[in-house]
Amino acid sequence: MTSGVINLGSKGTVYRVSGPVVVATNVDAKINELVRVGNKGLFGEVIEIDHDKTIIQVYEDTSLLKPGDEVITTGMPLSVELGPGLLGSIYDGVQRPLPKLSEQMGEFIKRGAEVPGIDREKKWEFFPLKKKGNRINLGESIGYVNENEHTKHFIMSPPNIQGEIIDIVEQGKYTAEDILCRLDNGTVIKMYQRWPVKVPRPFKDKMIPNAPLVTGKRIMDVLFPLAKGGTAAIPGPFGSGKTVIQQQLAKWSDTKVVVYIGCGERGNEMIDVLTEFPKLVDPVTGSPLMDRTVLIANTSNMPVAAREASIYTGITIAEYYRDMGYDVALMADSTSRWAEAMREISSRLEEMPGEEGYPAYLSSRLSSFYERAGIVVTLGGKIGSVTIIGAVSPPGGDFSEPVVQNTLRITKTFWALDSNLSQKRHFPSINWLESYSLYYDSLKEWFESKISIDWDRTRTEAMKILQKEAELQEIVQLVGADALPSDQQFILDVARMLREIFLQQDSYHEVDEFHSLKRQFSLLNAIIRFSRLGNNAIKSGIEIDKLLKLESRAELSKVRYRKDFERKIGLINETMSKEFKALLGE
Amino acid sequence: MKEYKTITSVKGPLIFLERVKNIGYGEFVKITLSDGSIKRGQVLETSENKVVVQIFEGTRNIDKNAYVKFYGDVLKFPVSYDMLGRVFSGSGDPLDGGPKVVPEARLDINGLPINPYKRSPPQEFIQTGVSAIDGMNSLIRGQKLPIFSGSGLPHNELALQIARQATVLDCTESFVVIFVAMGITEEEAKYFISDFEKTGALERGIVFLNLASDPSIERIIVPRIALTTAEFFAFNYNMHVLVIMTDMTNYCEALREIGSAREEVPGRRGYPGYMYTDLASIYERAGKIEGKNGSVTQVPILTMPGDDITHPIPDLSGYITEGQIIVSRDLQRKGIYPPIDVLPSLSRLMSKGIGKGKTREDHKSVSDQLYAAYAEGKDLRGIVSIVGKESLSKSDKLFLDFADDFEKNYIAQKSNENREIQTTLDIGWRILSKLPEEKLLRVSDELIEKYIGSFRDAQNKAY
Repeated sequence: MTSGVINLGSKGTVYRVSGPVVVATNVDAKINELVRVGNKGLFGEVIEIDHDKTIIQVYEDTSLLKPGDEVITTGMPLSVELGPGLLGSIYDGVQRPLPKLSEQMGEFIKRGAEVPGIDREKKWEFFPLKKKGNRINLGESIGYVNENEHTKHFIMSPPNIQGEIIDIVEQGKYTAEDILCRLDNGTVIKMYQRWPVKVPRPFKDKMIPNAPLVTGKRIMDVLFPLAKGGTAAIPGPFGSGKTVIQQQLAKWSDTKVVVYIGCGERGNEMIDVLTEFPKLVDPVTGSPLMDRTVLIANTSNMPVAAREASIYTGITIAEYYRDMGYDVALMADSTSRWAEAMREISSRLEEMPGEEGYPAYLSSRLSSFYERAGIVVTLGGKIGSVTIIGAVSPPGGDFSEPVVQNTLRITKTFWALDSNLSQKRHFPSINWLESYSLYYDSLKEWFESKISIDWDRTRTEAMKILQKEAELQEIVQLVGADALPSDQQFILDVARMLREIFLQQDSYHEVDEFHSLKRQFSLLNAIIRFSRLGNNAIKSGIEIDKLLKLESRAELSKVRYRKDFERKIGLINETMSKEFKALLGE
Repeated sequence: MKEYKTITSVKGPLIFLERVKNIGYGEFVKITLSDGSIKRGQVLETSENKVVVQIFEGTRNIDKNAYVKFYGDVLKFPVSYDMLGRVFSGSGDPLDGGPKVVPEARLDINGLPINPYKRSPPQEFIQTGVSAIDGMNSLIRGQKLPIFSGSGLPHNELALQIARQATVLDCTESFVVIFVAMGITEEEAKYFISDFEKTGALERGIVFLNLASDPSIERIIVPRIALTTAEFFAFNYNMHVLVIMTDMTNYCEALREIGSAREEVPGRRGYPGYMYTDLASIYERAGKIEGKNGSVTQVPILTMPGDDITHPIPDLSGYITEGQIIVSRDLQRKGIYPPIDVLPSLSRLMSKGIGKGKTREDHKSVSDQLYAAYAEGKDLRGIVSIVGKESLSKSDKLFLDFADDFEKNYIAQKSNENREIQTTLDIGWRILSKLPEEKLLRVSDELIEKYIGSFRDAQNKAY
């Protein structure tokens, strides 16, 4: 958005300044148009036009801006630059690369910096896929560059450009500004394109999600799976582990590209992602995780209007990679900060507040953001997906507040975080009774055909046990566990195993932090098998104490940490068979 | 510089001027009253013909005849190395009878956001000598870790203990402690200062005092002045600075006061909608910068109104800070000092600063295990109050005893007791050794062997 040809348009004058909101007069601009304000040329966006007054939200600190200062229109809406070099980058909320900013002005972010989102100097090896005379449709690839070892970055015609090629360059090294291809109607295609962030990138058709997004987290994959192209919400009070879960998802999701938006979050957490991701290895490709990640960092002390923009910047980049036919996961941490930014600006505009001071358009903004997820047939005819996982930080952990409620109305997977669990160091602290996934039914078939035909049966049995436990706990609270009949005591014990062995997962343990679907299933299956065998044993009059002392039960509790998991779980199953045989034989 | 005598109205902490020209947003302002006294302020809103200014010293005695001088620049605070060992007022004037500080630099009190890319990850463990913090919720250099407390609880004692004892292992540099008081009573302030003087902490400390009787609007600038000073010491002199701010609740009240005087649309409980952003502009000034040796660590203290953690002040703080230490009234009633409730407390950066080579290899496991066991013990207390202790199983009884043991021997310590981290961890193992080994799921067999072995042997001998 920042460089290239900007048609400096008409000039207006600042009339009033109040925090990030600037009112100007005599500005000839459209709604959502980008303008430059004051002698530092601060970036702003027109958000309201009222008679002769134009209301602008400024993406940078407005200190010392004064009435009488100049406002210059640019003639274009807030846009991002899309091209090779996005992967591995770290941007602020309006796509200025943070490393470049620090080269220009040191450790602190000063105002008025102008750095393009896509490097203009860097040369990329371009491989053409089309010839002179070929027809190029909207969004079709004319060639590709290898953005890194594992990612072919397709150079597509922008969604509003098509025609017949009259000239295309040969294979070779080119910069982002070089013209790669000319069309008969006079338009040209470069390595990068601009797209206005608030307009969803078009596609041919949206499909029904049918494959799971594998996260490696047992409670998510087995109990509450998310589909590729789906939406998920993670609400939870502070300290319940939202950020850790988001980062874990960014690490382990089986997608080609991850866009991670730190929206109004902590600087120290962003640096954590920044230092850790280059060191971590992508389990699929074996290269650094950073190679598939685009980071957008707008920490809580950076300007509030840029925070509002960061979400749009992120989703537009995600859609761009989707259009190449890739699966993209977008993590937004946290959408509450985004909503609060809207609220802050709305209150500066003196708009009539809706619920809890949020603007009345909160719900429509949230839904139009989540609606940009989906698995689609792209204009170029490929299949790509954007999955959105939004963290929500409800005040006081109260799920009835407007941001959570409006989010839940749109998203289909709900991972409810519970601070009671996190206080017990039960991680991931997802509450299994409150969470749900509306994708499970359409994904069931996938799991049964790809992993195990017993998938659904086993999962249902586990869910039943957990639900039964919740009922029994109420009785235990009143009469104590010893008063229960032994079959019910055994249910409590199995539920405990499920919680401690299966649902808990250690994000800091090298083996446990990621389990493949096969591993997840065989672990769950072993616990459920223990439960079935145990139930039979109890029916035949075996005392429960004997079951609790079985070696296979003890071994199960630590198997998730084993590198030789597959071998070990096989051995445990054998031991289990032997032990139960021996018990019943007595 | 421009001077006007066009005040049209005075409302709460704000003055409104008309017939002014081209005043910048955020400009620094001095007001000369008819009696010659001077007040300072800052522009909150500016337009063609109207300007709103907040007055730090309060608007008392201001009338329509006062002269208002606009400086054309933001408020800059003079800083110097010589500030060490001094006591200042909330707007930075010396209170200790000493001379004015000769400035080395004048810095914008709002600071600038650190480029997240240039932050360096906090990872040095700070030993506070308090087990509940060191063992369970470690403080890390560059972290912002608030103490959430309630009125009448000993958070000030705890803060002082941290200020006195904080050191980094294997590191000879000591902390510069900057103490910021916002709206605390004179008595409390005296208590802090005398303790600082007694223990010699003042020599390596700077105190900024805004007392309960001082104008509330000054509270808006005290933390900013203090943090500007902190950044100066951290990034110009490469020193490690620990900033203790008490009480953030008073800061937020001042924010609300301004909001209501401006007739803004209020957010939750009347606090302004931008309170999150505003608090972030304070808390986010903690951290470390790549290529610089210094650091700013913050321990803000806030009293939760009605002990309610969902109140907007603790709630918004908790979303910005890297964890929280919770001081509990229940433990205080039991006579336990420091009454830190470790279960809802949290240090988000803990795992980065502990473990082999930093504290000890077993640190994470043993603290996880203590957490889990204490949580279980506390759950059982609830059950016992309904069904009585008799109906508990043998192992449940052990957990119940563990919870008491943990509170009395691990959490509790004297206010002058400086526990080494090794001692803290050993106490942890000692009380864990009374639980059945098969219930210790969070610690590996090797660690059990290595650290519990000795206690088991000793116990066996005793029988």
